[in-house]
Amino acid sequence: MSATSTIPVRVSEIEPVAESIKRVRLERPDGRPLPPFSPGAHVVVSMNDGGRIRRNPYSLMSEPDDRGYYAISVLRAEKSRGGSAFIHDVLKAGDELTISHPVNLFPADKRGRKHILIAGGIGITPFIAMMAGFARDNVPFELHYAMRSRAHGAYWRDLVASYGAHRIKPYFSAEYQVLPVATLLENQPLGTHVYVCGPDRLTDCVLDAARNTGWPAANVHTERFLAPAGGKPFDVELIRSGITVHVGEHESILEAVEAAGIDAPCLCRGGACGQCETSVIACDGQLLHHDVYLSDDEKAGGRKIMICVSRFEGTRLSLDL
Amino acid sequence: MAIMFRQETFRDDFTYRNSPANIHRFPFPFDRDEYAYSVNIEPHVPGRKGTIYESLIDVDEHYVAEMADRALVLKEDPLRYQALPHMMQAQWDVLELLMEQQAAGYPEHFSLTRNGDRWRWINRPLGIDDTFTFGARETLPYEPLEYIGRQTQGDLCIVDQRDNNLWMDAGLVTTQADWSLDFDVGMNFMEWHGPVPLAHGMGIFDRALKFLLNLQLGQPVRRFNWTMTVNPRLDTSPENYHKWGRDRTTVTPVNVGRKVHLRVELQTLWRLPRSNAMLFVIRCYLMSMEELVTVPKWARRFHRVLKTLPQELVDYKGMTRYRDTTVEWLSRHDDGAPTSPGIWPD
Amino acid sequence: MLVEGITSRPVHGGIQVDLFARRHFFALEGEGALALLAQAPALDEAFFDRCEVLYAAADAAGRGYDEALARLKPDLFRQTPTVETLLFRLRGCLSRATMGTRLYVAGGEGFIGRCMNVAAGFGMDAGTVLTEHRGSAARRVQCVHCKGITEDVSESPFACSHCGLNLLVRDHYSKRLGAFQGVCIDAEEPVSASRTPEEVFQ
Repeated sequence: MSATSTIPVRVSEIEPVAESIKRVRLERPDGRPLPPFSPGAHVVVSMNDGGRIRRNPYSLMSEPDDRGYYAISVLRAEKSRGGSAFIHDVLKAGDELTISHPVNLFPADKRGRKHILIAGGIGITPFIAMMAGFARDNVPFELHYAMRSRAHGAYWRDLVASYGAHRIKPYFSAEYQVLPVATLLENQPLGTHVYVCGPDRLTDCVLDAARNTGWPAANVHTERFLAPAGGKPFDVELIRSGITVHVGEHESILEAVEAAGIDAPCLCRGGACGQCETSVIACDGQLLHHDVYLSDDEKAGGRKIMICVSRFEGTRLSLDL
Repeated sequence: MAIMFRQETFRDDFTYRNSPANIHRFPFPFDRDEYAYSVNIEPHVPGRKGTIYESLIDVDEHYVAEMADRALVLKEDPLRYQALPHMMQAQWDVLELLMEQQAAGYPEHFSLTRNGDRWRWINRPLGIDDTFTFGARETLPYEPLEYIGRQTQGDLCIVDQRDNNLWMDAGLVTTQADWSLDFDVGMNFMEWHGPVPLAHGMGIFDRALKFLLNLQLGQPVRRFNWTMTVNPRLDTSPENYHKWGRDRTTVTPVNVGRKVHLRVELQTLWRLPRSNAMLFVIRCYLMSMEELVTVPKWARRFHRVLKTLPQELVDYKGMTRYRDTTVEWLSRHDDGAPTSPGIWPD
Repeated sequence: MLVEGITSRPVHGGIQVDLFARRHFFALEGEGALALLAQAPALDEAFFDRCEVLYAAADAAGRGYDEALARLKPDLFRQTPTVETLLFRLRGCLSRATMGTRLYVAGGEGFIGRCMNVAAGFGMDAGTVLTEHRGSAARRVQCVHCKGITEDVSESPFACSHCGLNLLVRDHYSKRLGAFQGVCIDAEEPVSASRTPEEVFQ
């Protein structure tokens, strides 16, 4: 199956909500309702940046039952590949974009008896819709939210006001507050699930603590921001299309292929869903696998590559595209 | 154009028949002359007028009678409806989807009016006019899945998605080809397909699962499955197998054309928006051999398919006792002429 | 039903202990004691200090497994007179357990199924419980027709202890019920012919 069918949207509001974070409100230009979505879902936003198409995934953070609009939050990435800089510097109310249908790669386990959410910085976004769902269904949850400072953190005041200080715990590193991951996980009752979203450092810390306190892996859920790491530019030969494309420093193979007008199957653009799995026909060099989809054996085997996130260093790469 | 709903039975005197027009819209599942197992998944998009693909949820002349049969099955055995507690959100997703699709496809028979979360649902063939609050269980006479399942042709299964697997966590199943929802509820994709022979070794379920885990909102897919049933009986459940199993011993060269039915399941699979769960609609179509041979292409092809079916599948589908009698009878309707490509009548 | 040899048996991976767990609960039946005893030499005192062992000797009574388990000096060792009383104690243990607790179950198929059932009631995912089959291969079987469960089935076909139908035991297993599926074997035979049962689950 190829690209997800898209939905046209118009920016109805764009406003700063914290240092380097903007909230964007999207509505359908024809006023029709948007599809409902499940907490934890994201959409891929396609932006036309001066003729260049940029596509970034963003978690939906509006009320899941409100079909009138979607909201996303965008952090200006320090080494922006373009999408976040475009949203911060160029995008304005009234502009039109297209988005994919919602996709959920970070769902809550609906059987959970209690949910512990651990967010770092902009990693708060998927949890906002999740908490709305837990509150609606009357399921116990708590949020532990690490931020650089009161000014850098988004939404924490609103969340404390909505759900109470007993459920929402902010931690500010500028004030030397530390999110106590290990003690948090130590004495939780059976049937608890923990979710983490934020920088890799935080994710790794939660995974380590969960293992060391004896949590079964099935109760630990992570969403990493798998933005393509970027790297040295290289050329890729597309055998079926009979062309060679250049993959620049700040773009993925997938983006370079799309820019050449070739419709490659893809979905999550984050190395998780498996749709863009591509066969490697020839490889003189090293594949740099950045996905979480292929098994370690498949990665070592060198016959497959997930072109949305993975890269290449060497002299020649030929793909079945 | 309004559908003329038939009055007929799927038990006791078995008065079920297809009208000539309905025979021509039957989803004959074989696109070639020999049997080949495949995952055969394709996008579920609206198709030609006058086929079962005209609407994404098909309603036909058997609707009213099928709903009456389902009500009888549920009365005798309420365990045919199962829903684990965490599936309530998914149940509402299903109710919305099936009301929307039936109202869109058959506005003369069904209508849905929404005013915020106050919804009014009119089902004219069954004489239902209910107003309820979407999301409020106590405003419906049944749980949402059972409510809409009593008004939709086909079995409904809702699977939850977690840990890279699909879990059969809710369903309303009264027209199944020999599997028990009550037994299988809570199983994962590999477990509930456990009894299917051959396909596991071919990796078919691994590939199908990988594909389904990526099923997208707004892009439903479909596939066919088929078996055969003696008498037009919808409820061929294992629960009642000790009662209907004997039917399989009653086929003779004289009655085979009337008694033996091709049973086709059109399975459609839908990602559900609010719950991220997935709906499987397993819609059963029945056609007797006498009805089937009124289409010469299908007579030729089905004879050839049935003849080449591997013995494991003959056993699995429960056709062991009457396959040969049926092949023999069909051979009289197969002149050996080539068949045209595709599944539709010439 | 004419189908036999279906391949969806439950797979028991063995109760290899997870040293990361903070607390270890063992529910053992009969020969299931051996599953823990076999690993004991490799485990230290600190491990057994975090261990609770529930044991029902069942048909292994008199073989001294109870004494051998007690000698491991787990934090708690309780021998129960029956499987029912063991399950009652297990509920008590799980009601105060935390996410760092690992449950290990070893014994017959029926026993494993019933313990899994209890664990599920406390929100433990089936995939997080470690199981090992030991001792009799007799099965716990649910009749698909009357829904009655018959314990310790070692022959197929067998007569349902509730409705009396002759049931073939299918290799189809429900973790939720902790039971295999039994389906009427002679429904397609015009006159109820007698079939000789074979001992197949020994």
